[in-house]
Amino acid sequence: MTHPYRDVAIVGVHNTQQARQLPGHTSSTIAMEGALGALADAGVDVHDVDAVVSQFAQELVLQLRLGPSTRVLNMLGIPSVLDAASLIAEGRAEVVLIAAGGAGIYTDRSATAPWTRPANEFVVGYGLFTAAEFALMARRHMVMHGTTPEQLATVAMRIRNHGHANPQAVYFGRGPFTTDDILASRMVADPFHLLDCSMTAEGGCGLVLTTAERAADLPGTPVWILGAASDSFGPAYQIAPAWDMKHHRGDIPAGYVGRRAAKIAFGTAGLTPADVDTCEFYDPFSFEIIRQFEAFGFCGDGEGGAFVEEGSVPFTTDGGTMSFSHAGINAQQIQRVIRGVEQVRGSCATSQVPDCEVALCSNGGSGALFNDVVLVGKERP
Amino acid sequence: MLAPQPKGIPAPVPSPLSQPYWDACARGELTYLRCDTCGTVAPIPALVCGQCLGRSLTWTRSSGRGTLYSWTVVWRPQHPTFHVPYAPAIVAVEEGWFHIGAVIGCEPDALAAGVPLAVEFHPASDDIVLPYFRPV
Repeated sequence: MTHPYRDVAIVGVHNTQQARQLPGHTSSTIAMEGALGALADAGVDVHDVDAVVSQFAQELVLQLRLGPSTRVLNMLGIPSVLDAASLIAEGRAEVVLIAAGGAGIYTDRSATAPWTRPANEFVVGYGLFTAAEFALMARRHMVMHGTTPEQLATVAMRIRNHGHANPQAVYFGRGPFTTDDILASRMVADPFHLLDCSMTAEGGCGLVLTTAERAADLPGTPVWILGAASDSFGPAYQIAPAWDMKHHRGDIPAGYVGRRAAKIAFGTAGLTPADVDTCEFYDPFSFEIIRQFEAFGFCGDGEGGAFVEEGSVPFTTDGGTMSFSHAGINAQQIQRVIRGVEQVRGSCATSQVPDCEVALCSNGGSGALFNDVVLVGKERP
Repeated sequence: MLAPQPKGIPAPVPSPLSQPYWDACARGELTYLRCDTCGTVAPIPALVCGQCLGRSLTWTRSSGRGTLYSWTVVWRPQHPTFHVPYAPAIVAVEEGWFHIGAVIGCEPDALAAGVPLAVEFHPASDDIVLPYFRPV
């Protein structure tokens, strides 16, 4: 069978400036900067774009005079990349632009960021927010498997040290960090210290996909989509995020959301976790790295803590949402894919994994009841 | 000591489907929506049972007893109206469902998996009464 993404090439990626605040920008304007940067990186003429996948797809079509063009109002991360890939694979478009950004959203600093504060009637009265929701999953794993705060801190230390080294990261030069530094930071939602949590920032990004045929005429080396899938257990922040919640597909509990998606992605790619050179995992909280190594089959259930201490597989090498950037809607999710592409290109200025052939990128996490997975690689499938 | 939040926190806004749940809370009863056909508990108010697609679901009174399944202790509040520390928690309720709520009436370091709990009710606003859980 022909690989579904054989003719789909990722040819352009870009991150705008990322900062705690970008005065003068809105989410839409910083997304536009991400779009233009990605087109320039690809060496693609803006007028060749015939599809846009973005929260701001319609605005981008209008402002860049792309009509008539396909527009897909996808506000997610990896699923927006897959929408773009499908447009090309099915011949519905030849050059697809993805753009995302967040700016000017988090203004009331006395409360947690607005996208972390669920208004749902069953959780609002208990002061739940993203860190607390994810802590309920992490705590259960600690109860079941004896996972320790030190193991969580090992994750945060590694990711924050990648960010410390990365001049593009919002928290560039803020370290280096030890596990003791993580454990000494103030408690936010036990077991998460401040430095176990993602931060908030502003920034944009873009991605360009095209056909393999067009990619051959572009200046850069294309990166390929080897496999992908998404898992959900329902809407985030409305119900108890219980590790053991199961639906009809009873063998995988909510705690291992993403396991089915990874299995599908590896199956399409014809690969196993042993083939992955870098894990550009989404890192909303330190524990989620441990959980994803287990969910995706890099180690056994309950062994994720020891696995990260051993440190044989690199993860979240740009500094992630803890240190690189977290603009709030979906830019920080697309940025996992951008980092995976940079690793496979071998173009990372810092924390480049030697001879990187395959990157596994992910979005979401157990506390939010979803997990998306995509494998990108150097070799055309 | 973990305590109920004062009135004035962001309070739940009931929907037509959930109104019976909040009405029961006001009477001091914890209820859950159970399928009359297969007994499955609906995770959120719904017209259809996700297990058997039955359309007859009934708000059923819970014993209000359960055990602590998972918890967190929050020191950085979601909103400045919340007093810290507070302890959002998942309670494994006797009738076989996971309830999201908060534990009160103990010190944070007394929280542990399996601690037996019982429901009690405290007002969140003039209109809404919230279920909390206390170690027994």
